[in-house]
Amino acid sequence: MNEKLLEIKDLHIQYVTDEEVVYALNGINFSIRRGEAMALVGETGAGKTTTAMSILRLLPKYTGKVKQGEILLEGTDLLKATDKEMQDIRGRRISMIFQDPMTSLNPVIPIGKQIGEVIALHHKKMGKAEVENKVEEILNLVGIPAHRKVEYPHQFSGGMKQRVIIAIAIACNPELLIADEPTTALDVTIQAQVLKMINNLRKEFNTAVLLITHDLGIVANFCDSVAIMYAGEIIEQGTLEDIFDHSRGHHPYTVGLFGSIPSISDHKDRLSPIPGLMPDPTDLPKGCKFHTRCPHCMEKCKEGEVPTFVQGTHQIKCHLMQGQATDGGV
Amino acid sequence: MGKYILKRIILIPLMLLCSTFVIFCLVNISPTDPALIILGSDATPEAAAQLRSEMGLDKPLLVQYANYIVDAVHGDLGTSYFTKNAVVDEIMARVPTTLKLTFGGIIFAMIIGIPLGIICAVRQYSWVDNIVTTVAMFLAAMPTFWLALLLMLYFAMYLGWFPVMGTDDGVKSFVLPILTAAFPYIGHYLRYTRSSMLDTIRQDYVTTARAKGNTERTVILGHALRNALLPLVTITGLYIAGLMSNAVVVENVFALPGIGLLVLESIKKKDIPMVLGCIIFLATVFLIITLVMDVLYAYLDPRIKAAYMKAKKAGKKKAPQEKEA
Repeated sequence: MNEKLLEIKDLHIQYVTDEEVVYALNGINFSIRRGEAMALVGETGAGKTTTAMSILRLLPKYTGKVKQGEILLEGTDLLKATDKEMQDIRGRRISMIFQDPMTSLNPVIPIGKQIGEVIALHHKKMGKAEVENKVEEILNLVGIPAHRKVEYPHQFSGGMKQRVIIAIAIACNPELLIADEPTTALDVTIQAQVLKMINNLRKEFNTAVLLITHDLGIVANFCDSVAIMYAGEIIEQGTLEDIFDHSRGHHPYTVGLFGSIPSISDHKDRLSPIPGLMPDPTDLPKGCKFHTRCPHCMEKCKEGEVPTFVQGTHQIKCHLMQGQATDGGV
Repeated sequence: MGKYILKRIILIPLMLLCSTFVIFCLVNISPTDPALIILGSDATPEAAAQLRSEMGLDKPLLVQYANYIVDAVHGDLGTSYFTKNAVVDEIMARVPTTLKLTFGGIIFAMIIGIPLGIICAVRQYSWVDNIVTTVAMFLAAMPTFWLALLLMLYFAMYLGWFPVMGTDDGVKSFVLPILTAAFPYIGHYLRYTRSSMLDTIRQDYVTTARAKGNTERTVILGHALRNALLPLVTITGLYIAGLMSNAVVVENVFALPGIGLLVLESIKKKDIPMVLGCIIFLATVFLIITLVMDVLYAYLDPRIKAAYMKAKKAGKKKAPQEKEA
């Protein structure tokens, strides 16, 4: 359980066009163990999807550039893998559930074929009939009647389409499942079903899950560890207890995130949202990226690198933590 | 699906009826006297009047039209004023030439244009893309008659590889005309395929296909292409019609005995039955092509097919899906 399945080291990614450079990821570090469910939380544009896409090397061909860093899958750097090696990894060892079920299925191919394709790709020796059996088995697993495999995506509802996408993602029992906001496009009732399904798979096959979301409620129910992203950096990460324990010290952004959630038990007249907007990723502020919105901003926050302070499993990238935790270096 | 096709086939004669009526009226508005055309302008008024009544031209327009339609349904589109041959026979003798030219042209344009369009889309902004799209623009902008003359000058007169005109050399004599007809459409196909493909490869399902571990080749040819080709089906119907009208120019320059040349000559000679017959023939071909394209579209895109079959399915609630051909 303790071996690191995926480790990302100092990853920098930029989207380069003729007009501008978008600094999407600015040196992120994290790792996932086998069977672990990790949440990647952050606002829209924080770099969550870029992180996910870079793991599968599916960044836009011409604009997405990895400037620095390593993505290690059990020690091998995916950024240095050949196209052929990558094709073998995609779908079999790492697979992904995409954000929008409405557009992620090919409209002119029956869903059974779309699921069967990934199975046939990674099980070259499997016969046609065997693949068909496997497709039916997986459809049952995600709760779609097997006879509907001949139908096309337009004949399914949004929730059903998401199940099909999940079926494609889990068809080869991947070691790592990246779920990019798997429930954003779905109703609340379906959300719970989908999450439960992912959770069951995790238990059954010891699959590691990287869950990208901005819903802290889902995180609390589902994940073992959490990384909070802001402007292309992970500003705080730790176990679920580390992040959700309000008595501990937190990054001001994390505090702001929790302050923005309405609570049923506490009586509050107003929520305390974070003022301002995320900085323009083409023109990031110097020093701490959050200092323009931070209520505790100090002079030293405006210049230079912010160190990461480590306390056990809990890491926070903020000057405020100085003295409270040991300096873990940058 | 079968019911839908049948409905469309039944509509064809109706549409033909409408279009022939319009053409018939237009031709009759023109200030030409068929009797004088046949007898020559120095004919006596008595002889002309007699001929007119023989041909039924002294009857009201609607009666003339009704007679024409009744004959047409029996396969008689009248006789040419000049050759005295049946119009149907004359047209049928020339159909193969025009069809060879049109379909040869469209197939050639597709074979060259579509793959190049795919390559340009996949390698957008590369030097291949830049060069090919620029050349395509030139091709699409070239006037047909000018291109025909250039090709004729170089390949027929200078190099002598192909005959200059006529159809005496079999396949060889069709090479230059087909090239001429196809060239602009290579450009059209290329640009259309490129933009359609560019649109498609940015779709989420293409990323899904890549995330499954497919090779780039399968992603493009297996997942993106079929979606990208859908809009091309409709365009192909229009292009075939365009090629047929272009045939008038191409057949004229290369002196190919096809429908285009026949129309042109007949108009010049005011051979009214021949003009009418040719136009009816072209309208029929166009209607059939449109039908074929629509059916093909439904066959390729399950969403369209579902829309066609919706009326049929209404009432039966969520019955198990039956596959239809």
